[in-house]
Parts: sequence; structure tokens; C-alpha cells
Amino acid sequence: MTDDGRIKNDPYLLEVDGLDVTYHSQGRALAALQDVTITARPGEIIGIVGESGCGKSTLSAALLGLLPPNGEVTGGRALYQGRDLFTLGPEERRRLRGTEISMVFQDPLTSLNPTLTIGSQMLDVLRAHSPARADRAEARRRIVEMLERVGIPDPAARLRSYPHEFSGGQRQRIMIAMALLLEPALLIADEVTSALDVTLEAQILQLLCDLRDERGTTILFITHDLGVVAQICDRVVVMYAGRTVEEAEVTELFDRPLHPYTEALLASVPSRRRRGSELPTIPGRVPSLAELPEGCAFANRCAHAEPCCGEQRPRYVEVTGQRVRCHLYDPESGHANLRQPSAATTGRKEQP
Amino acid sequence: MTIAPAPDRVPPTSAGLRPLLGRLVRRPAGAFGVAVVAALLLVAVFAPHVVPYDGATQDIPNRLQGPSGSHLLGTDGLGRDLLSRILLGVRIELAVALPAVCTSLVLGLLLGLVAGYRGGWVDNAVVVFMDTIQAFPSVVLALVLVAVLGPSLTNLVIVVAITFAPQSARVTRASVLALRQSPFIEAERALGAGTLRIIGVHVLPNVIAPLFILLAMNIPSAITVEAGLSFLGMGVQPPTPSWGVILSEGFADVYEAPWAVLWTALALVLTTIGFTTLGETLRDVSDPRLSGAKGLRYDR
Amino acid sequence: MTNDHDRPDAIVSVRGLRTHYVDRQWWFQRLRGRQPAAVRAVDGVDLDIRRGEVVCLVGESGSGKTTLGRAILRLAPATHGQIFFEGRDITGLRGAEFRRLRPKMQMIFQDPHGSLSPRLRVSDLLTEPYRIHDVPADQRYSVAELLEMVELSATLAEKYPHELSGGQARRIGIARALSLHPDFLVADEPTAGLDVSAAAKILSLMRSLRASHGLTYLVITHNLRIVDYLADRLAVMYLGRVAEIGPAEQVLDAPAHPYTRALLDSVSEPDPHRRQGRRRLLLPGEIPSPKNPPSGCSFHPRCRFAEAVCREVPPLAEVDSRHLASCHLSSKIRAAGTPV
Repeated sequence: MTDDGRIKNDPYLLEVDGLDVTYHSQGRALAALQDVTITARPGEIIGIVGESGCGKSTLSAALLGLLPPNGEVTGGRALYQGRDLFTLGPEERRRLRGTEISMVFQDPLTSLNPTLTIGSQMLDVLRAHSPARADRAEARRRIVEMLERVGIPDPAARLRSYPHEFSGGQRQRIMIAMALLLEPALLIADEVTSALDVTLEAQILQLLCDLRDERGTTILFITHDLGVVAQICDRVVVMYAGRTVEEAEVTELFDRPLHPYTEALLASVPSRRRRGSELPTIPGRVPSLAELPEGCAFANRCAHAEPCCGEQRPRYVEVTGQRVRCHLYDPESGHANLRQPSAATTGRKEQP
Repeated sequence: MTIAPAPDRVPPTSAGLRPLLGRLVRRPAGAFGVAVVAALLLVAVFAPHVVPYDGATQDIPNRLQGPSGSHLLGTDGLGRDLLSRILLGVRIELAVALPAVCTSLVLGLLLGLVAGYRGGWVDNAVVVFMDTIQAFPSVVLALVLVAVLGPSLTNLVIVVAITFAPQSARVTRASVLALRQSPFIEAERALGAGTLRIIGVHVLPNVIAPLFILLAMNIPSAITVEAGLSFLGMGVQPPTPSWGVILSEGFADVYEAPWAVLWTALALVLTTIGFTTLGETLRDVSDPRLSGAKGLRYDR
Repeated sequence: MTNDHDRPDAIVSVRGLRTHYVDRQWWFQRLRGRQPAAVRAVDGVDLDIRRGEVVCLVGESGSGKTTLGRAILRLAPATHGQIFFEGRDITGLRGAEFRRLRPKMQMIFQDPHGSLSPRLRVSDLLTEPYRIHDVPADQRYSVAELLEMVELSATLAEKYPHELSGGQARRIGIARALSLHPDFLVADEPTAGLDVSAAAKILSLMRSLRASHGLTYLVITHNLRIVDYLADRLAVMYLGRVAEIGPAEQVLDAPAHPYTRALLDSVSEPDPHRRQGRRRLLLPGEIPSPKNPPSGCSFHPRCRFAEAVCREVPPLAEVDSRHLASCHLSSKIRAAGTPV
């Protein structure tokens, strides 16, 4: 397990720093991502958590260079093994996709071409990236091996099957096999288990963990399910309205969430402890990109908001090894009820 | 995430025709279609009052003339003014095409609704019937029907209506089949809504839009069928100036004076393009989810 | 054969319910002298739901839980068996007689947007039930009251479904169901497709509405955390049958069916501290097709406890007071201890 044994000063595999993405829509510029900062070391599973509209998917599109035509990276950088992804040419980006960075989507049925067999789709992936025309038999061997690894029974015989002939769980496995075929160092998994039953979810999560352990693949795991985060992630980044609001080791995040939004999110998970009582909920809804406030995007829903929250954008400050974007923790913010890191720690949950 | 917040724009179905027309005209193709169709309707209504000649008076000495100051489009084999005849023809064309296509739509709508919603053997029977009709080329089928019923304007309308009904029945049936599976129909059933209410309130409004588009698209086809039948002498009878009659008479002298054929063909082409662009633009602007309140979706 | 057999306070009772969907080409198979294949979506279920309780129905997709919920509301056919509502057999009721009963039993649908007629405004959607049933004006809630009931702003009344968020659309669905003063609500995956905070709001709302409107719920879900928060009793379904049923806490803490155990083991551990020592026993494979379920105990091919005796179909038998399980080895399973 890497939770504690990991060498903390490994060089970063991915370092997203102050990333801004803007969408142009009907003559307006909408800030889809603002000052997004994420780091990932080799072999880490980073959970990226947030509700719909928080910019999780824009983030993955920006990293892969697959932003829609009206989207544009307007600031910041994303260093992948020291190279800034946003300064690379389109051909270099394309070569990077699949070989170095690849992606698994939520819905495997729409991400697979229904008219091609699994075998030929996977062969295409190999061909698109191998300089010399790969030896067919060798390619086939690799594909079968990969399918077997992700748990498709009798893979050699099933190369000639079409996507609809597989069950939902198997299709998701195939997507993972396809994404890992070229042994990328970074895998972006976007809500890969959201459409699956718990039993299949558990199988897929186990598979991803095992693959990480075997190959040292770094995984950016995008999800809205906090249980899944607790189950497999090493570190967690919480996003809200296009901004990263908190980053912490998974145990720390669950023990003492710093940002009021993270607190509220964790509290709203139903469980037996809350049986018979109202679930704490967050009033209001996520502001749309067109109406993002000047200051903290969460201010209008936050119980601790003060005038300064509405006026100035909070900085991303470091608090006892965690990072948080909230005036409560920034001595320079002028917030009346500053929280001391130690005070935050008193909220630690009792361990059973 | 919805990048552009959905503005409180009103979808067209409930807001009546005016905003729909507004959005139609705002697109170049839509404006063109509306202009052509409006012009045709005006001509159909006012042609008898504005045409330079009555279109029936023969003027043998001036037969087969090219365009000139006195006959803008020239004259036909009997010396009749072509401009007047073509303009008067618009009225005949629309008098056949509009009622015929409308009847075919109503017929198709009913058949499609019953087949799609009821399913089972009723559906099978309707589909087989429709396939049989569509298996014949429409002109051949029309010829057979005219041969049985005899050539007249009313019969022409009936014939065109029958040949065109399967198409709208198919469109309706396909929409109904998809709708019948949709969760909101089951939700209405769970609330206790009866079949008639479900069809009337929830199915019909969702299948009717494509039919209006079909209406616009089918009118030029109906005109072509009419022209074809009249050309063959099975439709409108001379000397009534329908386009089919003008074409058929013009062909007799096409080598000497191609004008009749040329102008009528041009009129047919213009009408077809006008109605088709109108139909296509209608399709694009008619769905509240596709037009106006459009939000770009990325997340989820 | 459930625990609450013949209880007078049962609002809904189901006896031997089966929903079999016959293949479209059944006549062709008959011609060839074969028994037509049937999808046994629900395959013999007995269930009693008492007034005021929350029964959760869990299982993987394909377990028949949604079909059972729909069949109880007569939205799916009952090919065998009986359904009682307030003591009255409603299995064969038709036409106007049945429609009079409709308002009493309502459903909250899984797809929040899809279950709203797309060309109606919210205000029309909310009053539609009254028009359907010709409810006199003095017995109607106003649109504002209905919106208030589900904690939505009155400004939504003029919106169309596609202008609503998932949470808002779900609330409109709930308001529609409530408009007719139902006694019994079937909620199909009430939090599906919603964000954590929106889901929490819906669950809290369902909880408070239960108290204020005296509702009885049948909640269909695959999310066991919801069960833990909401359920009084829990029924676990597998391939169209009840595998285990009992008081929610008992079933969750001491499952007697290996399938329930496996489901519980599959739930992601919400406390990251505890995942280290926990080796989850994952359920292998996927649920078989209900077209040809395995013989004997239908769970045996995926069961890690299976023995020779599992070739026989196990009865749904009592393992504790009001707690029944359909497993030959249930005492052994319970003795094996609770999931982590």
C-alpha cells in the first residue's frame, strides 16, 4: 500500500499549476476552470471530487487536449514529466494520448464503436501509435493478454465479438484494457463506475488498484462518490465551480475536512448514524459559470461567509500538509473567525 | 455543466406561431423558403386579377414566340401567354397539392398513432398495408387509381392523398413507438391517465412537429405527381393551365420553342427548393430543446 | 411466506407474484414444438408492506426489483399471483374501477427528466393529475403549495422540464405523485443521477414527507447507504426472487444469505482508515440472464459457500424473528460473522 510507504519527494509525474480554461459562448467568456492546481506522483491514485458543473470533465479534456472548439486554455500550465502539455503541437499531443496519457469514460457503450469488433478496435489503437507496422500476431498476443488481465473470459475467442455482445461490466473492462494497451503512465478515469452495480463497481475498483500496483500507473479518478474515493484514492482534490478548493491525503480529508464545502459534502452522505435525522444539506445550488462571484464561489452557500468572502478570491493556502482555498485559513484574509490549523484538528472523528 | 445558462426563452409549441416564424426568418434559408412559399400563395390567390392575359385566348399568328415586351415569357403553341398560364397554374397546383397532402397527413397520422400505440397485430396489419402501397412507384399507383376512378381534379386529390399517406404513417408510427417506451408516458399511466388522454396530451404534440415538416417537404412531390399525371393525360385536362398540361403541350414543340418547358421546369424547381428549405429550417427551429435555449453540455 | 403474513395492517400484500415476459416469437417456437422462452423478471414473490413503514428493495440490475415495484402498481403485468391493496385484490381490476384506486398508489420514477412530459410547463405538469381525475377545485393543492411541499421556489412554475436541474426535476416528480394524496409510494432509485448534496436533499425530503403525509414507501435502490439511512425493512432480490428479507438493521448487521453478504462487501468503505485491513470478498461474475436461471439455488454458481445441497431450491425460511432467508446454509453464513 502506498498510503504511508510512499516516498514523498518523488518527482511529480503531472503538475497542473494555475490552469485557467475559458469557454466562449454567445459572445461571452465563461471561466470553466480557474486557477486549478493538482499534482500527482507516479503510482498515485488521485481522486478528483465534485458535483456536476464543477469542471471535472473540462479538466480531463484540457489535459488530453480535447477541449471543444469554443474552449481555450487561457492560463497556467500542465507539466507532464517536466514538459508543458499546452506548448506541445497537435501532433505531439496526439502521440501522447494513448501512449502516455489515456482515458476511460463513464459510458462504455457510447465510447466503443458499435460496428467494429473489439479485436479490430484494439488493433487500431496499437496501429495508431506504433511507428513500424506492428507484427499482427504480436499485436494480437498483446491484446489477448490485456483482455485476459482485465478479466474477460476466453479473450482469444471474443476478439471477434461486437461491443453489444458484452455485458456492461465487461465493456467497462474492455475500455480499461484499451486504455492500458499502450502502457500509459497516466490514466484518467472519468466516473468509470457510476453506471455500474455495487458488485461490478467493487470489481472494477479492485482491478484498477491491482493494475496500479503492478504497473505503477498514475490514476486521476474523477468521481462524485465519496465512498469510492475513500476506498481507492491516495490523495483527493476537491473541486467547486471550476476551482480546486482543497487537496489532502485521503485519510486527512475524511478526518478533518478544512473547506466548508468539503465538510458539507462529507456530512451529506447518508448512513445509519444519521438515521431518523435530517441529512445536513448545502443550501442553494452551484452558481452557473455566467454568474460566478468576484470572491469565493462557495460564499453564497457557506455558513461561515463574511463580507470578505464575497469580495476577494481566496488564495490556495497550505495548512498542515493540506491545501485549501478558503479565507478561514488565510491570516491575511481579514476573516473575523480565522480557524487555526490546530482548531481544525479538534474536529477529528473518534475512531471506533 | 451547462456552460450557457438556459435563458428563459419560450419554446414554440405553446407560444403560438409568431416566435416560430421569427426564428425561421432569422435564418437565410428560412427567409428564402418563407419568401418563396408566401409568393406562391399570393400568386395562387391573386393570379386571375394580375395576369396580363387570361391564359385561354388563342393567338395563332403569335404562336411559339420567345420572351418579348408583350409576352414576358413568350407564347405557347396556340399563342397563349406563358407567364399568365404558369401563374394561373400555381392556383391549380396548390389546389391539388395542399388538400391532397393535408389529407394524406391526417390519414397517416391516424394510422400511425393506432399502429404505434396499439402495437400487436394492428401494427402488423398497418405496416403490411403501407408497405404494399409503397412498393409501387407512386406514379404507377396513381395511374392505376386514376384508371379506376377516372381523371378529375377531385380524384387527383384522392389519388395523391393515398399515395402519400404511408410516408406520414411511417413517420408517426416511428415517433409513437419511441415515445411509448419513454418514461414520461409510463409516469402518466402511473398517475392514472387513460389512453386517449395520453395520446392527445402527451403523444400528439410530440409527433406533430415532424409532420408539419413533412407537409412542407411533400407539397413539391405532390406537385410533381400532379404534373406527371397531367403530362400523361391522366390528371388535369387541357385547356386548364396546370403545369403538367403546360409541360405536356410544350413538349410537342420543344425543338422549335423550348420556352414553355423551360419556364415550367424552372417554376417547379423553384417551388421544390422553396418548400424544402422551409421544411428543413422548420425542423431545425421547431424543437425547444434544439433551438434557442441551447446549453453546451460537457459534464455528465 | 414472509414474516408479516396476513397482518391486518398490511397496506400492500403480494402473493406468489410472477411477471414473465414471453418472447415475441413465441408462436414460432410453439410451431417447432418447443416451450416458448420467457424472461422471468419476477418469479414468485411474497411480500407484505405495513402501513407507515419503509421497505427497501435491493439487488443488482436484472434482479427484478424494478419490475416487482412496477408490477405492484400494475404498470407491469402480473402473469401469476395476486396483489392486494388495503386488503382488496387489485390484480384483476380494470378500467374506471382501477383508475379510482390509482391516486392512492403512486410512483417516483428513476429518470428525473425523462419522466416529465417535455412540452408541458411545470405548472401544467403539477395540475395534470387533477385534470386526469377530475378533482374538484376545493380538493386540489395549488401549484404554489405543491412546489412549497417539495421545497422549490414558486418561480419554477413557468419553466419547462429541460430547464430544470436533475434535483429539481426529481422534486417535480415527487410533487406530482403527492398531489393526489397517495398512501403508498414506490420510489425507483430516487437518487439516481443526482449529486451528493442533491441526493441528500431528496432523501431528507422523503423522510420528512413520510412523517407529514403518513406515507408508506417501497424504495427500489442499489445503494446500500440509502438503505442504512432510510429503511425499516430490507428485501434483497436475486433473479426475480426474494433472497433475504427482514428488519434492515438485522439484515445489514447479520446477513443470512451469501448474496446479501457479497453486496455488503462490495460497498465502498466510507472510512479510508479501515480499508487497509479489509480484504473484500468480491462477488465474481455477473448476474445470469433471467431467461434461463441456474437450476437449484439460482445463486449457487456465484456462491463461494455452495455445497451439494445447493442443487435443491432452498425455501425462504425464518432465521430469526421476522428475518427470513432463502439459503440452505444460512446458519453457517450468519455464524461466519458480519461483514467488516
